[in-house]
Amino acid sequence: MTTATAIEIAGLTKSYGDHAVLRGMDLSVPTGTIYALLGSNGAGKTTAVRILSTLLEADGGSVTVAGHDVATEPAKVRESISLTGQFAAVDEVLTGRENLVLVAELRRLNDPGGVADGLLARFALTDAGGRRAATYSGGMRRRLDIAMSLVGTPPVLVLDEPTTGLDPQSRLEVWKIVKELAGQGTTVLLTTQHLEEAEQLADRIAILHEGRIIAEGSLAALRQLFPPAEVEYVEKQPTLEDIFLAIVGHDAAQR
Amino acid sequence: MTTYFLHDSTVLLKRSLRHVLRSPDTIITTVVTPIAMMLLFVYVFGSAIQIGGGSYVNYLLPGILLVTVASGIAYTAFRLFTDVSGGIFERLQSMPITRSAVLWSHVLTSVVANVTSLALVVLVALAMGFRSGAGVLAWLAVLGILVLFTLALTWLAVIPGLTAKSVDGVSGFSYPLIFLPFISSAFVPTDGMPGPVRWFAEHQPVTSIVDTLRNLFAEQPVGTEGWVALAWCGGLVLLAHGLAMRTFRSVTRNRAPH
Repeated sequence: MTTATAIEIAGLTKSYGDHAVLRGMDLSVPTGTIYALLGSNGAGKTTAVRILSTLLEADGGSVTVAGHDVATEPAKVRESISLTGQFAAVDEVLTGRENLVLVAELRRLNDPGGVADGLLARFALTDAGGRRAATYSGGMRRRLDIAMSLVGTPPVLVLDEPTTGLDPQSRLEVWKIVKELAGQGTTVLLTTQHLEEAEQLADRIAILHEGRIIAEGSLAALRQLFPPAEVEYVEKQPTLEDIFLAIVGHDAAQR
Repeated sequence: MTTYFLHDSTVLLKRSLRHVLRSPDTIITTVVTPIAMMLLFVYVFGSAIQIGGGSYVNYLLPGILLVTVASGIAYTAFRLFTDVSGGIFERLQSMPITRSAVLWSHVLTSVVANVTSLALVVLVALAMGFRSGAGVLAWLAVLGILVLFTLALTWLAVIPGLTAKSVDGVSGFSYPLIFLPFISSAFVPTDGMPGPVRWFAEHQPVTSIVDTLRNLFAEQPVGTEGWVALAWCGGLVLLAHGLAMRTFRSVTRNRAPH
């Protein structure tokens, strides 16, 4: 099933006790795009992602994924979405291949072994496939983690800070994977606090600050929000980092 | 829905049994404490304990079997805690599967691991002179009660497994359970205990379960004590399962991000 928007969030609120994390978040992610949700630590990115993937119940507002409401059709949502959390969620006792077979069996695919071998090859893990995941490097674990999320080719993929804790080379590998995914029509929602990552990967960017989306659009559109450059000795386009800091205010950067 | 539940539970059961197979040390460390207790009590304290006839190892084994289960379920909590802290639990919860299958696979694995540990402890007891003329039915009854007792403690272990913040918190909860048999008829008869202690000992589940197992091994009629033991086990299973599922639901709905 394809709808024009893969993810639609309207007026989403969530508090933990007295602490309001999401305060009326609105977001619309078009099908087939790479969409970056940008925000500082504590901005509510992970909370939003957990609500999207039915791990957490919202207090108010509505969320649909691939046309299914997370509150009333959570099972349908779980069939459409795949989550890669902040920490590579692989089973360390199992081998890389066994991890993939496990997910394929749970998704009731016809040929779990074949699916696993295909993904191992695609993520350059064929040689490591027979080794326990505990022996993998950070980059390999992340690749396995993302591969596990792609078993059964879910139409919507959510990556929560996919490159946190990775060395620069592994980070580039993950970026390459994400770009390839988008080429195949998968919708990717990616949260990040690295501005460069959003700049590199995303078709569209939303900035989440104190529980609300305070700016949204393509990188070019966001650039226009920034006050016009003054004449200096060297003309310099504002980086996304400049835009981000200007919009959220410098207090956010100093936390 | 039921077929999905069975399918998902089976797939996940295979997974967690692999965990046990690949770390057999968890079985070994489970049986070390009960076997050490058995050696200590049979060869050191045993000669000073009046049990009113019969060999002391025969008297002791039922209590030791309960200690084995109490020691084994710490690993169930630990395996679940590892899944939760490592993110596997969330990954599974975000997938199109029957959510409770994740818990059931751990619970069934706990039963398999504990029955293995129990068999090892019985073998050691046989080497130390334990003898029973019990027939197949009596042994099956012993197994049934031990499995029920394992289920009750396992569902209890699910709660710290889901909610603990650290590994220490996970393993700490089982210590009181290991020592519960000491205030029961497991090691010494309750007759010589002072009033309130004796009252507690005779009204806590371990005594009725131990007495029932002892009678089954000794080919004696189990009488009403057997029904009391069964009621304790069944009641504890229901209570622990209810509490565990309530914890599970609240955890899957309202846990704040790490």
